[in-house]
Amino acid sequence: MISYTVAAGVAVLVAVLADLLVLRTALVRSRTWWTAYGIVVFFQLLTNGWLTGRGIVRYSDDAILGSGPVVFLGDGRIAYAPVEDLAFGFALVLMSCAAWVWTGARTRPPRGR
Amino acid sequence: MLAFVLVATLPLHRFYGLRVLRQPLRLLAAIAPVAALFIAWDLMAAASGQWHFDPAQTFAARLGGLPLEEYAFFVVIPLAGILTFEAVTVVRSRRRAR
Repeated sequence: MISYTVAAGVAVLVAVLADLLVLRTALVRSRTWWTAYGIVVFFQLLTNGWLTGRGIVRYSDDAILGSGPVVFLGDGRIAYAPVEDLAFGFALVLMSCAAWVWTGARTRPPRGR
Repeated sequence: MLAFVLVATLPLHRFYGLRVLRQPLRLLAAIAPVAALFIAWDLMAAASGQWHFDPAQTFAARLGGLPLEEYAFFVVIPLAGILTFEAVTVVRSRRRAR
């Protein structure tokens, strides 16, 4: 089984390739996406910090970069959560937004962005 | 946590006059394939012990080893992302119009 670290990196790559080459939505080249992602990632740190800081979700040391107890910052963790979660969240939200824009372009005439 | 995300993002819909929720089929078409992909990943990772969910802090009801709210996660988070993206689109086009 590949580690969460590797899987998360692959997910980011797949999401960006889907955005640029498959769906051709090119969100990663738009300022709108990066502004939206900036907002999303702030809230991810809050909500994911809640889930991981309280131990609602727990990770195996073998799967992530971090290796010790859950700390707020350091040892491969940001706001209690493994840094891999940032890649997971980026890929999930980018794919969702790209799919959303793609379905919109297919149901209505494309809008300028 | 999921309720917090919805409380924080659903008002964007009214505030910015978004039409995301008025297109349920488009929303389904965008969210379902992505959710399916990430749920498959989640199932495999949880099954191989890469992560697990505290039974004391999640619903007892499980499906494929994941608590039910984990499935809701893959609807709520993409929806929140799309609402944020659409709100930013509206704000930016308003600014350009001025």
